[in-house]
Formats: sequence, C-alpha cells, structure tokens
Amino acid sequence: MQKAEKMQALREFAAEIRVETLKTIGSLGFGHVGGSMSIVEAMAVLYGDVMKVDPKNPRWEDRDWCVLSKGHAGPCAYATLALKGFYPLEETRTLNKPSTNFPSHTDRTKTPGVDLTTGSLGQGMSTATGAALGNKIDGRDNHVYVFVGDGECDEGQVWEAAQFAAHYKLDNLTCFVDNNKNQLDGPVDTVMSHGKGIGAKFDAFGWNVIDVADGNDVEQIYDAVQEALTVKGVPTCIVLNTIKGKGATFAEPSGAHSSQPSPEQWEEAIAAAEAELAAVKAAK
Amino acid sequence: MSFTLIGKHEKDKRSCRDGYVQAMLELMEADKSVVHVDCDLMGCINTKKLLAAFPERTINAGIAEANAMGIAAGLTATGKKTWIHSFGCFASRRAFDQAFMSAAYAKLGVHVLGSDPGVCAAYNGGTHMPFEDCALYMSVPDAIVIDPVDYAQVYALTKKLTAVEGRLSYMRMIRKGFTTVYADGSDFEIGKGVTLKESADDQATIIASGIMVDESLKAYEMLEAEGIKVRVIDMFTWKPIDEELIVKSAKETGAIVTAENHNCTCGLGSAVARVLSEKCPTPVEMVGVHDQFGQVGAQSFLQEAYKLTAEEIVANVKKVIARK
Repeated sequence: MQKAEKMQALREFAAEIRVETLKTIGSLGFGHVGGSMSIVEAMAVLYGDVMKVDPKNPRWEDRDWCVLSKGHAGPCAYATLALKGFYPLEETRTLNKPSTNFPSHTDRTKTPGVDLTTGSLGQGMSTATGAALGNKIDGRDNHVYVFVGDGECDEGQVWEAAQFAAHYKLDNLTCFVDNNKNQLDGPVDTVMSHGKGIGAKFDAFGWNVIDVADGNDVEQIYDAVQEALTVKGVPTCIVLNTIKGKGATFAEPSGAHSSQPSPEQWEEAIAAAEAELAAVKAAK
Repeated sequence: MSFTLIGKHEKDKRSCRDGYVQAMLELMEADKSVVHVDCDLMGCINTKKLLAAFPERTINAGIAEANAMGIAAGLTATGKKTWIHSFGCFASRRAFDQAFMSAAYAKLGVHVLGSDPGVCAAYNGGTHMPFEDCALYMSVPDAIVIDPVDYAQVYALTKKLTAVEGRLSYMRMIRKGFTTVYADGSDFEIGKGVTLKESADDQATIIASGIMVDESLKAYEMLEAEGIKVRVIDMFTWKPIDEELIVKSAKETGAIVTAENHNCTCGLGSAVARVLSEKCPTPVEMVGVHDQFGQVGAQSFLQEAYKLTAEEIVANVKKVIARK
C-alpha cells in the first residue's frame, strides 16, 4: 500500500474510533472524555497498522502489547478494539453499567484485548516495562506500547519505571506521553509543572525522545513510531502534543478531564464526529 | 503434609534465606519461567547466587520497590512465575498499592517475599520493623499470607507457593539462622496448620507461627512441668486460615492463646478470633505486639520488650484457662 493510501485509511479509522468512543461514553452520559479523545489518532495508528494482534486470540504470545497506563482512557481502547473485531461494538455500550466487561479503567481480566490492568496512575508504566522485559527474556520479537498522561507524569513511579527501562535497554518498549496540557484540576503548568519538559526528563533518564508537533495527526505519529522501531539499545518516548477532548464539541474548548454534558450536547458532539468521519471518507 | 519435629531449641547453622535460595536454584533450573526480582537487597538474602546461576532471570530493580512490584506483575503477565523480595516493611507498605492493583486485582499471582519480619529487623530499628506487613496483605482478597519459621519450612513453602498461579502471595522470611523446628524434608500444605503437640488432656491450645513457634514449644515444656497439658499448633498460613483446625482445637481444649511476631490488631490473633467468634465462641488471649511501633535493639531485647516470650505465653495460657 502506498503511504498516502495508508494514511487515508488511518485517518478514517481514527474518525471511526472518535465516533464510537463518543457513543460509548455517551451511552452512559458521563465519563472521561478528555483523555480518551486526545489519544484517538495514536490508537488508530497502533491498531490500524503497526501492531501485530489477533482479535480471535487476544493473549497470543507473539502479539504486540498496548497498555493504557492512563487507564481512564479505557473508552477509547474499547471502541478501538471493537472496531478491530475483538468483540461486537454493541457490547461497549454497557460501559460502567452493572456487571459490565467495560469498566471505567482498563482491566485485563474483563476486556478481550486489554493487556494489563490500570487505573492507579503510574502503575501501567511499570507493568508495561515488566512485560517488555519478560518478552525480551523469552526472545520474542514483539513490542510493548504504553500511554502515560502528562498529568500522570506527576507520579514518581513513572520515573522509577523510566530509569528501569533504560537500565535494562528495553528497545522493545515505546512510551507515548499524551501531552494534552491539562489534568483534573486545570492546566498542567498550573497544577504541577514538569521542569524542563517531559521530553527533557525522559532524555535525562536515558531514553530516545521523539517530539510529535501534532499528536492528533496520524502521519506524524506513524513516522515517529517507524523511527522508534529502528532505535536499538534504548527505549523510545514519543511526546504527542495533543488536544484534550479533541473533537468532542463540549469538552475540547475547556480541556476537561471528565464531562457530563446534556443529551443535546451529546447529540451535537456525535453528529459533529460523524460529519468529520464523512468528510474524511469523502477526501479519498 | 508430612513433617518431622525437631524442636530442641537449637539454632540452625543455615539461614532461612538459604532455604529460599536453595529452593529457587532448583526451581529456576527446572523451569525457565521462574524469575526473581530484588530491590538492591540481594546481598542481604544471598540471591546473588541466583544472579550468578541465572543472570537473565534474576532482576535487580534497584531501590524502587513500587516499580519493582509493577515489573513483577508485568513479568507475570508474560507467563513468568515471579518472586519479588524486599525487607518486609517495604515489600508491604512501600509497594502496597502496586501489589494490590497491578498484581492481585489484575489476577497476576506475584509471590512477595518480605524479609526481617517484626522484631527480626533488630538493629535496623523501628523504621524497618514490620508489625503490619501481614495485616496489609491479609486485606487483599484471595491473597495467601505465610509466616514460616525455619530453613526446612521456607524451602518447602517456596516450592509450594511457586506452583500457585493467579493468586498473590506474601511470605515473611527470617533472614538469618534461627531455631530449627522441623527436619529437612518436611512438607507442608498451604492453608493447613501443623499440630505439634497434642493429647487428650489438653487444657488450652497455643496457635503460633514464625519465631513464636519455638517459644510455644518452650512454653509447652514449662507448662508440662507444672502439670498443665496444652496443644501447640504452627499456624504458618494466616490466610486462608485453617478454620477447621481452629474450631476443632477450641472445641477440644476450650481455650486459645495466639502468639505472633506482629501486631495482634489485624494479625494472627485477630484472624483466629474472627473464626471463633463466628463459629465457636471461646476465650482467647493474644501474645504479640499490642498496637506499638518498633524500636531498635538486639532481637533478644526486642522479644523481651514486646513480650514475645515463652514466659508470656505461659502466663496467658494460665489466664485463658481461668476464663473457661
């Protein structure tokens, strides 16, 4: 496939994930819209092209792994995995309802395709790192991708894991930082700033760092991932400069962490996302 | 379960840690999925022997216990049978959220080894003296919590626990040489207490574990000299606790004394009392730490200071018999 075609397909996949993520959270009426929407394009690149996965065999030993250490972005993963064929889309509409397999934060024991359980921030960074080490010990040719939030990087555990991954030369590990500039209580720079910057911190910990100017652009993400896969001997951090709530008409302007909009606002947001999907398809 | 009691109050030339290391050398040789994670304390429990023999599967995570617990969970998710070690205080308090969520909640059966339980932390002092480590792990649904006593028991239980999958376990471990209770080759069943002394004339039951087992055997002899017969049980598994044996002993002897190197609040005493209050209300006295912090000193001094002694067990046996 020519790269242009591939990018077109990934843009369409991203637009579909955006629609389905909104419908998933919208089925309940409230939830973590902000941090789910900011990583849509990265998830589209991973599951649309980069990652080796088998929807019929979610625990396939040689698969690539994806860990949302920012576990509250679960709805985006649920929509992505449904579109990829891990389970029917309708099932995601049980999000956070009694006895659901789609809880607010990702849970490996409940949702097919979810590789590790997350929710207590910082922990997915360590477990993903442990999984990368385990795969390396076994000599598997696979890769572990982990997403951390910029707010999540307040957690000291992120940096304990970062030093471990560099020390053990885990080049089969790539960390995406969802640098959406907002955390629950407000702008990251106001709540808890990151000194010389998150990229600079990963660099100081011995990682290869790639800065993606527009973390909601599939082509820029794709190029960064391809570059990361060529780097040997160190893990790579890809800083995605994203927009929190991207594409959710009620959430994007404020960059809110969680949202509980009115039914009319949900309709408006979903309609806007569907219109965007149609526009992307029309651009083919 | 098949065991041979020695119980002569003699110190073992070997350390308990050597029981762990020997078991792990054999396990790692036989099974490529067995791994050990440490937190810059390999020198303290001799796991450098594992590092020398199996360098790829012996992982030093440095002084970062919370991350180490996550690493252990991640390794387990790739099919490893994972042990992680730190001092008991750090293996519990410092990494508890990680043990709870990344491992137990996620059904990743990491095996946690916490060395220097309670007063065994001795010269490291109160900051390092876990009287609450088991309490924390007993609060985790479906976890296994073990307080073993000597080389043979640590060796046997390391092997037993390694075979358990999908379930978090926490085993305390006395680091150094301690009094031998069991002969080598003794075997134990997780969740089953070991009845060490028993007769038809028993007036009370002592339920103990860890360093208090030998104190209980000494108390048994002191009481016997006074004509008082007691039953002695090594309840090395605190969770899941052997309810059947507790109820049977309560029914047959009518009084219980628990003895633990831990805070009685949320410890062995509480676990036994919970069973009895639900199934067979019986007078209970608890020997152990009574809601106090640790302090620095020789283990012998600390055992006196916290009354973790045979004399204290004897006094409590008499007290509980009087309550019958």
